[in-house]
Amino acid sequence: MPFKQEVPSVMYLIKKKKVLCPSIFLMEVEAPRVAQYCEPGQFLIVRIDENGERIPLTICDYDREAGTITIVVQTIGASTKRMMDLEEGQGFHDVVGPLGQPSELVTDDIEEVKNKKILFVAGGLGTAPVYPQVKWLHEHGIDADVIVGAKTKDLVILEEEMGKVAGNLYITTDDGSYGRSGMVTKVIEDLVENEGKKYDLCVAIGPMIMMKFCVLTTKKYDIPTIVSMNPIMVDGTGMCGACRLTVGDEIKFACIDGPEFDGYKVNFDEAMGRMRLYQTQEGEALLALQEGKTHHGGCGNCGGDK
Amino acid sequence: MAAPGFERVPISEQAPEVRAKNFEEVCLGYTEEEAVVEAARCLNCKNPRCVSGCPVNINIPGFITALKDKDFKRSYEILTESSSLPAVCGRVCPQETQCEAQCIRGIKGDAVSIGKLERYVADRAREEGTKMKVECAPNGHKVAVIGSGPAGLTCAGDLAKLGYEVTIFEALHEAGGVLTYGIPEFRLPKEKVVAPEVENVKSLGVKIETNVVIGKSVTIDELMENEGFEAVFIGSGAGLPMFMKIPGENAKGVFSANEYLTRNNLMKAFRENSDTPIFKGAKVAVVGGGNVAMDAARTALRLGADTTIVYRRSAAELPARAEEVEHAKEEGIKFELLTNPVEILTDDQNNVTGMKCVRMELGEPDASGRRRPVVIEGSEFELETNAVIMALGTSPNPLIASTTKGLETNKWKCIVADEKFGKTSKEGVFAGGDAVTGAATVILAMGAGKAAAKGIDEYIRNK
Ligand SMILES: Cc1cc2nc3c(=O)[nH]c(=O)nc-3n(C[C@H](O)[C@H](O)[C@H](O)COP(=O)(O)OP(=O)(O)OC[C@H]3O[C@@H](n4cnc5c(N)ncnc54)[C@H](O)[C@@H]3O)c2cc1C
Ligand SMILES: Cc1cc2nc3c(=O)[nH]c(=O)nc-3n(C[C@H](O)[C@H](O)[C@H](O)COP(=O)(O)OP(=O)(O)OC[C@H]3O[C@@H](n4cnc5c(N)ncnc54)[C@H](O)[C@@H]3O)c2cc1C
Ligand code: SF4
Ligand code: FES
Repeated sequence: MPFKQEVPSVMYLIKKKKVLCPSIFLMEVEAPRVAQYCEPGQFLIVRIDENGERIPLTICDYDREAGTITIVVQTIGASTKRMMDLEEGQGFHDVVGPLGQPSELVTDDIEEVKNKKILFVAGGLGTAPVYPQVKWLHEHGIDADVIVGAKTKDLVILEEEMGKVAGNLYITTDDGSYGRSGMVTKVIEDLVENEGKKYDLCVAIGPMIMMKFCVLTTKKYDIPTIVSMNPIMVDGTGMCGACRLTVGDEIKFACIDGPEFDGYKVNFDEAMGRMRLYQTQEGEALLALQEGKTHHGGCGNCGGDK
Repeated sequence: MAAPGFERVPISEQAPEVRAKNFEEVCLGYTEEEAVVEAARCLNCKNPRCVSGCPVNINIPGFITALKDKDFKRSYEILTESSSLPAVCGRVCPQETQCEAQCIRGIKGDAVSIGKLERYVADRAREEGTKMKVECAPNGHKVAVIGSGPAGLTCAGDLAKLGYEVTIFEALHEAGGVLTYGIPEFRLPKEKVVAPEVENVKSLGVKIETNVVIGKSVTIDELMENEGFEAVFIGSGAGLPMFMKIPGENAKGVFSANEYLTRNNLMKAFRENSDTPIFKGAKVAVVGGGNVAMDAARTALRLGADTTIVYRRSAAELPARAEEVEHAKEEGIKFELLTNPVEILTDDQNNVTGMKCVRMELGEPDASGRRRPVVIEGSEFELETNAVIMALGTSPNPLIASTTKGLETNKWKCIVADEKFGKTSKEGVFAGGDAVTGAATVILAMGAGKAAAKGIDEYIRNK
C-alpha cells in the first residue's frame, strides 16, 4: 500500500542510472537550479514521492550547461532501497539544493592550496563525495593523493574516474581481495611511516566510524584533517536542529555550518549515537518494504501487526 | 431560539478524551443557526472598539451585520477587503487580546465571538466556492516573493491583483510556511483550510516555485540581475530554533519544537504511510509556554505520550493563546509552572532519562514588563522523561541577509524595514512578517505583506 511507485507531477527527471555494485548506484538527475551554482562539498535533498522522507545526498558531479547533477547512493534502509527501484525516465518528486557550505579547498585562496600536499581518504561510498573535490583540484592544476578503501573488491566504485584526476591513487580492501590489504588507516600509516610521504592536509569522507579512526591516525602525524559529517537531517536549511553536532565546545548545525568540519574537534561518539535514534522504527519500515503486504499476516512474531 | 444575551453561543468541540487520540480539528465551528444568533449579539457600534483592536482593522461590525442578515457573500467580501486569510485567522488569531478584548459587549458579559464568526463566514465561502472579486490585467512587471507563509502569500496575492507577474520562491517542498510545517492539523487543517488558501493565490496567476532556497540555490542579487525581477519581497519568517545551552542538550531524545512539529505536520509522520519517523517517548517534557510549546505538547499527547509542559514563569504569563492552554489542560497535559530545567539527564547510551529542574519565583519586572523569574535556592528536583522538546522561541535565519549585498539587519538578525511599506535598506527590496519582527502572529505577517504590496506597487510605478 504505501510503497507503490508513482510518477510524480513535478518531476526532476532521472536522465541516467548506473548500478555501480549491487548496493550502490549512480543517477544523473535534471535539477537546473541546483546545477547552476553548486560547488564541491555541497549536498542536496531529494524526496521520492508524496510520502517520501527528505533524503540528504552529496552532489557528486554537476553539468551546469545540461542542468543536471549526479548522485551516488548506497542502499541502507527503506528509502534508499525504494530509490534504487526508480529507472531512467522516471523522476523525483522534489530536489532542493545546493545546501551546506562548499569545501574549503574551493573557497580558500588557490595559491595557498597549491602549496599544500593534500591526501584524500575515501571510505566505501565516501569515494563519491571525494571525487568532485579531487576533480576540481585537478582542473585547477593540483594533483592530490587519494586512498580509496572498501570492504571487498566488489565495493570499489569510481576507480577509473578517480584514476584520471588523482595524483597517486591507493586502493585498499579490508579482505585484501583487491589493491592493498587492510583498512584505510593502515594505508595512511604505511604512506607516512614507510613510504616517506608528507601531507599538509587530509580530507577524510566515509562512514563516521572510519572518519573517527582516520582522525586518530592523522593526529599522530599532526596532519590537519577535514571530515564530512552526515547526521540525521530534516529540512537542511537550519530550521530544525536535528543535524546538530558538538564541534569543539560549540554546537554546530551540519546543514548550514557544514557538512565539512575540523575532524580534530568533532565529537564522533555523540554523533554516531544520535544517528541510531530511529533505528528500531527504520528497521520496521525496511521489513515492511521487503515483505510488503504479506507482512501483516498476524503471525504475532514481529509485532508488525499490532 | 434564545434571545441574544450576555453569554456567547457556545461552540461545539470534539470531546477532550476523544480528540486526545486523533489529529482531527478540535473545534467543529458554528452551524448557520448558531452563527446568526451569535452575530445578533453585536451592537453594530458607531465607534467600534473591536476594529481598533484588530491589527489590520477589519470592518468587524460590517461583516457581522451582513452575517446576521444572512448575506454571506457580502459578509465575506467585507472580510476580504482587509484580510487575505480569513479562514486561517478565524482559527489562530489571539482574538482574546485583540478585537474581542476591546468589544463593548465584554464589559458586561462575553465579548462577541468575532473569531468564530470570521471562521464561519470564510469556511462557508470556501464550501460554496465564493471567490474574491478580482480584476487583474497583466502590467508586465515581475516581482519575486521569498517565502510562502502568510506574509509572502498575502503580498503575492495583492500584487497579482494589481497585474504584477509574481513568483513565490519557497525553500521547502510545500507552500504555507508555519501554517504548513508548524501549526498542527488539529488546529488548522491542511487540506481543508491551508491548501485552498494557497490555491486561491495561485488562481490569481501567482507562480509558486518550491524547493528553492534563496541564498543557496540563487541569491536576491541574481534574481534581480539575471532573472528580471524588478522588486523582491522577503517573507522568510523566523525559523531558526533556540536551545538552552544546558548540559545534555545533544542527548538522544532532545528535539527543537520545529523539528518535532515539522516531522509531524509537513512530513506527516503521524500517518502510517509516511516514510518519516518521529520519536515516540512514553513520557515527554516540553519546555516553554507559547503557542509553539502547546502545539508540540498536544502533538506528543496525540502520539501517545504522557506529556508535561515546563515553564519558568506562572500561569498568568503563559504567552500562548488562552484557548490553547485551556484545550491542553482539558486533554490531560500537565503543567510544571515556575520551573526551569538546568540539565538533561541521560543513561550510558546517551538516551534521555530525565531533566534536572529548579523551582522559580517571580521577582521585579524585566525589560519586557513581565516579572523576572528567579531561582529558589535548594529547590532542585528531577523530572522523569524520555524526551525533551525545546520550544524556547525562534529567530530569523541569517541566510538571506548574509547573501544579499546591502541588506541591513539589527542585532536580533531581523531585517530592518519600515512599517508603512516594508522598505529595506536595499533598493527594490521589501520585507515583512516574522523576518522583520521576529516571531509574531499570522495577522501581523499578513498585514505586513499587504503593506509591502502597496510599497512595491508605488516603487515600480515611480521608477
Ligand atoms: C550531508 C549528507 C550527505 C550524504 N550523502 C550521501 C550520499 O552521497 N550517498 C548516500 O548513499 N548517502 C548519503 N547520505 C546518507 C543518506 O542520507 C542516508 O543513507 C539515507 O538517508 C538513509 O535513508 P534510508 O531510509 O535508506 O535508511 P534509514 O532507514 O534511514 O537508515 C538505515 C540505518 O542507516 C543508518 N543511517 C541513517 N542515516 C544515515 C546516514 N546519514 N549515514 C549513514 N548511515 C545512516 C541508521 O543508523 C539507520 O538505522 C548523506 C547524508 C548527509 C546528511
Ligand atoms: C508552532 C507554531 C504555532 C503558532 N501559532 C500561532 C497562532 O496560534 N496564532 C498566530 O497568530 N500565530 C501563531 N504562530 C506564529 C505565526 O505562525 C507566524 O508569526 C507567521 O506564520 C509568520 O508568517 P511569515 O509569513 O512571516 O513567515 P513563515 O510562516 O515562517 O513563512 C516563511 C516561509 O519562508 C520560507 N523561507 C525561509 N527562508 C527561505 C529562503 N532562504 N528561501 C526560500 N524560502 C524561505 C520558509 O520555509 C517558510 O515557508 C505560530 C508559530 C508556530 C511556529
Ligand atoms: S465592539 Fe463588539 S459589539 Fe461593538 S461592533 Fe465590535 S463586535 Fe460588535
Ligand atoms: S537539517 Fe534541520 S537544521 Fe540542519
